[in-house]
Amino acid sequence: MIQRFILGKKNHITLVSAVLIAIAFINKWTIGNMGIFIWSLVIASVLGVAPIVIQAYQALKVKVVSIDVLVTLAVVGAFAIKNFEESAIVTFLFLFGAYLEQRTLNKTRSAIKELTQMAPESALKQMENGEFEEVEVDEVDVGDILLVKTGAKVPVDGTVLTGEGHINEASITGESVPVSKKKDSQVYAGTILENGTIQIVADRVGEDTTFGRIIELVEEAQDSKSEAERFIDRFSKYYTPAVLVLSVIVWLFSQDIELAVIILVLGCPGALVIGVPVSNVAGIGNGARHGVLLKGSEVINDFSKVDTIVFDKTGTLTIGNPKVADTEIYTDNADEVLSYLASVENESDHPLAKAVVEHIGDTKLYTVENTDVVKGGGIVAYVDSHRVAVGNVALMEQENVPLDEKARADIARFEKTGNSLVLTSVDGQLKALMGIRDQIRPGVKADLQKLKKMGVKSLVVLSGDNQGTVDLVARELGLTEAHGHMLPEDKSAYIKGLQAKGKIVAFVGDGVNDSPSLALAQIGIAMGSGTDVAIETSDVVLMNSDFSRLPHALGLTKATANNMRQNIFIAVGVVLTLLASVFFSEWMNMSIGMLVHEASILAVILNGMRLLRYKLR
Amino acid sequence: MKKATIQLETFTCPSCMQKIDNAVKSVEGVDKESVNVMFNSSKAKLNFDEEKTSIEKIENAITALGYEVKKSLVKDL
Repeated sequence: MIQRFILGKKNHITLVSAVLIAIAFINKWTIGNMGIFIWSLVIASVLGVAPIVIQAYQALKVKVVSIDVLVTLAVVGAFAIKNFEESAIVTFLFLFGAYLEQRTLNKTRSAIKELTQMAPESALKQMENGEFEEVEVDEVDVGDILLVKTGAKVPVDGTVLTGEGHINEASITGESVPVSKKKDSQVYAGTILENGTIQIVADRVGEDTTFGRIIELVEEAQDSKSEAERFIDRFSKYYTPAVLVLSVIVWLFSQDIELAVIILVLGCPGALVIGVPVSNVAGIGNGARHGVLLKGSEVINDFSKVDTIVFDKTGTLTIGNPKVADTEIYTDNADEVLSYLASVENESDHPLAKAVVEHIGDTKLYTVENTDVVKGGGIVAYVDSHRVAVGNVALMEQENVPLDEKARADIARFEKTGNSLVLTSVDGQLKALMGIRDQIRPGVKADLQKLKKMGVKSLVVLSGDNQGTVDLVARELGLTEAHGHMLPEDKSAYIKGLQAKGKIVAFVGDGVNDSPSLALAQIGIAMGSGTDVAIETSDVVLMNSDFSRLPHALGLTKATANNMRQNIFIAVGVVLTLLASVFFSEWMNMSIGMLVHEASILAVILNGMRLLRYKLR
Repeated sequence: MKKATIQLETFTCPSCMQKIDNAVKSVEGVDKESVNVMFNSSKAKLNFDEEKTSIEKIENAITALGYEVKKSLVKDL
């Protein structure tokens, strides 16, 4: 009880001890009453050391020699040689340092905290009597019926039972344009109902929801440890007891309590243990704010050293949504032909047909009769009592449609620019030719340039499409290599080949059929709007499929890896300088040692905090 | 076996983690391999045998060290 009370009042104790120390020194310089001077310092020391002693005792109880143990012994030692000035200042600095550390550490963690605070907390659940009652979100089970009102957060992943509304799904996809939801639509935990009222049935709850998994992933990531960190952890476990032993040895041999006490204070590990986790949490936090999920410090290290990035084409470099790019019409009555074409294509859910329908837009639709799907060719059907054939060149030949010189030239030209062809004939005469191709994502070229500038040597595209199409994309974007006709297993084999040559490879894909490559590459980067497979298998997730986040992600990992190195350098440098100055200089004492020790901890935290503001220039 | 996620007050010193780690591992019935004390998120995750111990006992081991347990969640494995 008393222990808890003292620990709870740590900040007050720090303040009182500061006041007492001030009284002592003002008195020394003005009135010069040594009694008041010494007693103020003694009271400050005893008060200040109380919470530290309690923490030391608790640590020893579970067999940990913590930094509190070192400081307690140091204060006892200072009392033994009646140096109350040192003991008071050291305890004050230690407590005040801890206070500042807590404040600044909270800042470095703030970015991730913002994310986790977006998690829903309560839900309106339908009770047995049919009424809706507010309950904690933990009390919602799969199958429960929930009411979501305008402005509220959707508490779980579920399906709409009744009602309609618009939902802002920015927390899941990064896309802030509201999405319309009606009966049978899927809704996701953490998204916000901007208007309307809906009733949903819970499909997945708590940590199983998409949002829950994103949070869990980020939380695990901020605490995941690299090999170097695990080494530092093991090291610090033995380091603190070793400092204790060293100080005892020094005391036994030199009989100099002051020297032994200085070693205790200087040996406190601080910056070293805290430096790397601080950079890690700030870097991952910055990523989370910018739609980049980084899965831990190992990923940060690997990604910062990447020299080869392999891209999937469809859905990654291109939008993955084919559009009509070129059109030639061989008749004066274009509207009629386009209406026939739209009517036939409306029957099909082939991606090319969808692109054609979308391109033509609103038009008069006819009844389509005797539809015949020709495998590998297209569709033949009767519209408005005309025989209409829609398909590729082979289908036209099969239908005996004559292709004149102009048409052949157009076909050749369309093919050369990477188009898939859709030809339309009416009653055996060619009427229209459309070239459909996947559009390159806007801005991709500039983003790739940035990657090159940051030191990525080769940019490779692998695709299942024909070589001509892939070459075209590669030329347009300035990629170093392009390979077509690749099945998923070919892609992973190719990545294995690169790795055998000693390359550090990142693979960027949409995560739908690239899982083997995502898993195999040193860094698997998924362009996913939170698809489950992508989240599971990849190391980095670009939210909302936003390609422009990729340069930021690379820059951020480089900055974070650098920051970690700087922090290790600061920490090790400070300890070495301090230890050297104990033996080789006159000015070193307990208070200065503690001051430098606390300052170095704050220095690494502040250095880590810079990452929160990192932006790619 | 059950899986517990315990949310603690904000950690500031890495030695807090070591203390909590050791304290939780010393509770009879806790799977030592599963204990993971997370510094930045200030959470402890672990698996325990509900026939040998309870979440209350594990929480007590932590509060005895002077750390506040904010919330704990227990799930079947």
